Amino acid sequence: MCLAVPGKIKKIEGRLAEVDFGGVTRESALDLLADAKVGDYILVHAGYAIQKLDEQEALETIQLLEEVYGADPEEPQEPSP
Amino acid sequence: MNLDKFSDPGLAKGLLGKIESLVRGDVALMEVCGTHTMAIASSGIRNLLPKALKLLSGPGCPVCVTPTHEVDRAVAFSKLPDVILTTFGDMLRVTGSESSLEQSKAEGAEVRVVYSPRDALTLAREHPDKSIIFVGVGFETTSPTIAATVKEAREKGIINFFVQPAFKLVPEALRAILEMGRVKLAGFLCPGHVSTIIGSRPYEFIPRDYGQPCVIAGFEPVDILEAVAMLLEQIRSGKPRVEIQYRRTVKPEGNPQAVALMEEVFEPCDSEWRAIGMIPQTGLAFRKGYKAFDATKRFPVTLPAPVDPPGCLCGEVMMGIHAPRDCSLFGTGCTPAHPVGPCMVSSEGACAAWYKYGER
Amino acid sequence: MSDKSPPSTVHSLRPNKIVLAHGSGGRMMQELIASLFRRAFDNPALDSLDDAAELAFPGTRLAFTTDSYVVTPLVFPGGDIGRLAVCGTLNDLAVKGARPLALSASFILEEGLETALLEKIVASMARAASEAGVSVVTGDTKVVEKGKADGMFITTSGVGEIPAGRNVSGSLARPGDAVLVNGPIAEHGIAVLNARMDFGLKGDLKSDCAALSSLVEALFGVTSKIHAMRDPTRGGVATTLNEIASQSGVGIILEEARIPVRPEVKASCDLLGLDPLYVANEGKVLVVVDRDEAGAVLGSMKGCPLGEGAARIGEVVDKPRGVFLRTRIGGLRPLILLEGEQLPRIC
Repeated sequence: MCLAVPGKIKKIEGRLAEVDFGGVTRESALDLLADAKVGDYILVHAGYAIQKLDEQEALETIQLLEEVYGADPEEPQEPSP
Repeated sequence: MNLDKFSDPGLAKGLLGKIESLVRGDVALMEVCGTHTMAIASSGIRNLLPKALKLLSGPGCPVCVTPTHEVDRAVAFSKLPDVILTTFGDMLRVTGSESSLEQSKAEGAEVRVVYSPRDALTLAREHPDKSIIFVGVGFETTSPTIAATVKEAREKGIINFFVQPAFKLVPEALRAILEMGRVKLAGFLCPGHVSTIIGSRPYEFIPRDYGQPCVIAGFEPVDILEAVAMLLEQIRSGKPRVEIQYRRTVKPEGNPQAVALMEEVFEPCDSEWRAIGMIPQTGLAFRKGYKAFDATKRFPVTLPAPVDPPGCLCGEVMMGIHAPRDCSLFGTGCTPAHPVGPCMVSSEGACAAWYKYGER
Repeated sequence: MSDKSPPSTVHSLRPNKIVLAHGSGGRMMQELIASLFRRAFDNPALDSLDDAAELAFPGTRLAFTTDSYVVTPLVFPGGDIGRLAVCGTLNDLAVKGARPLALSASFILEEGLETALLEKIVASMARAASEAGVSVVTGDTKVVEKGKADGMFITTSGVGEIPAGRNVSGSLARPGDAVLVNGPIAEHGIAVLNARMDFGLKGDLKSDCAALSSLVEALFGVTSKIHAMRDPTRGGVATTLNEIASQSGVGIILEEARIPVRPEVKASCDLLGLDPLYVANEGKVLVVVDRDEAGAVLGSMKGCPLGEGAARIGEVVDKPRGVFLRTRIGGLRPLILLEGEQLPRIC
């Protein structure tokens, strides 16, 4: 029920952060995440940061999955040139 | 942070294989969250899962479960003089008894779609001569954001900003579904972003009192598949518990700051769910100290008598008792172009997602 | 041409007021066109449902098209309503394989419009026309009272000549054909939405508004086996391919991993909950071409200034009918016609 998008904090001014979402930035409010810092990856919903993204956990999740299931994605069938 | 691996086809394939090996006979899991319904459909996962595994949509679509009279109230607010009605886009086309916000806008009402409740606050500052009413729909991911906006309004002395409180809470709704006992469920795929706020503890009663496995899942294809595999493992082990698949954002304690803010401004109350009925302690009302922001108190309006569409199976669909295709109106009398019930009106609704993504 | 309009029961379900969804390019607009305009005007040239009508004259074939432009704001990153009005109509001629001959331009101006703004927009139109080597040869101007025209509305019509040997229509896509696009999608819709709604997104978001006449000529220099072309404007790539699939009675399968979308545009879509496949483009063309010519045509596209980032994104099949997306993880999901415009959402 909730679209939230990951972004990186570039600047903080008072309660507002300038967040970079992969090339596009938007102001997000930090009222729900007062200890956020510049450089943090956060999840933003409806213009508010709701939680920090734990990069370590993300890497570990993928690492564990890759160990079990292998890291070779199947390329889609290459169409004839 | 590169999250592309959470859509990796190789990992997805591996997880699908694992799921295949774990499915023994028919098993039905409830995916509670509307955003999960959309993610599952848009990634094409449903058709890749073994046929014996069914994913039932739950009541996690805030637009779908907003009662008709609240939609009617928002429409009535929009027609008041000197009011700017602000809303998330999701609510614009939802039909009430007679009209929708989109229809009201076509008739000249000032209705504006906003991305954030703070944008509504900005409008309040820019238009001191008008009353800005924000339609407060959403679950626990959203209600803390409106609580924060209300606090900011108080801080800044903004007195022309109001909220129509129509929020819903998830855990007690799940208890109601389990109590009804009408669905043979084997486990719950719990909402990732609601849980980012409330953590995993509020779901602990589900395995404890009802023996049902719970996994809190993220929204990328690999997240959803890993979560399904985790649920199947729990079923096989016979040891139900609450697990977090979405570890990069959900902590057991959630986001206590957000919860505190929500609890400062709001308190739980009984709430009506569209097509389902009253579920105790599943809504939010303004606390005494913040009642000045309550649009419902400040702007009394006359509402039309609510109309219940005959033949509509939305209530049962949202409780996982029936699939959209079980409804006699699905795809014939009830389509996204001409919707009868809320599940088809909202782009998140179970019926709209099934229709749009061709899951018949 | 067979009549592909929906059944007549649609008549009784038409709402008594026009709503914005009627102009969005989706199902409601199609229903309105089929049940009202086509029924009233009823003629074979209109029935083809292509972006430009083909008119047979002794010794030649002409393409004739018209479009109205009502965009707000009037000026946006990457363009303005004037440039849009010229390029949009030139593109409707181009996708019919026609070489543009002349344009007309009608203006409905709102009382109170700043003259300086009008001058800027007209200069932009002159520039766009001159870049394409075409003239605006006739026009009209009206002024309406304040509040009746959102600044200004522009209607442009265009006439072009279709050289012999070119047969391009939305109804001619064949199973086996390749589907190409000349670059990244969803640029225009996102840029305009952000400018209009004040969503506060900052970044390299700008309309791709451009005239595709010279790119299309280059493609015909490679082969005449281009079966269908359309510019995916309102409703985006998904809506446009649905029109072609429906007109041709075929299926189209797109490969999600091959569809070019710039990261900034993808991020904007993610934030607003929009699907890029349904967002408008104004400098893109979808080309449905014989599979044996696809490589050469793609190569030619990439050599054009407006073909940077061109890609082969899908293929035409006999069955299943309709438009489908093969997702990154190997699932297959339908891309149906939406009822109206996509709305930003939180859910």
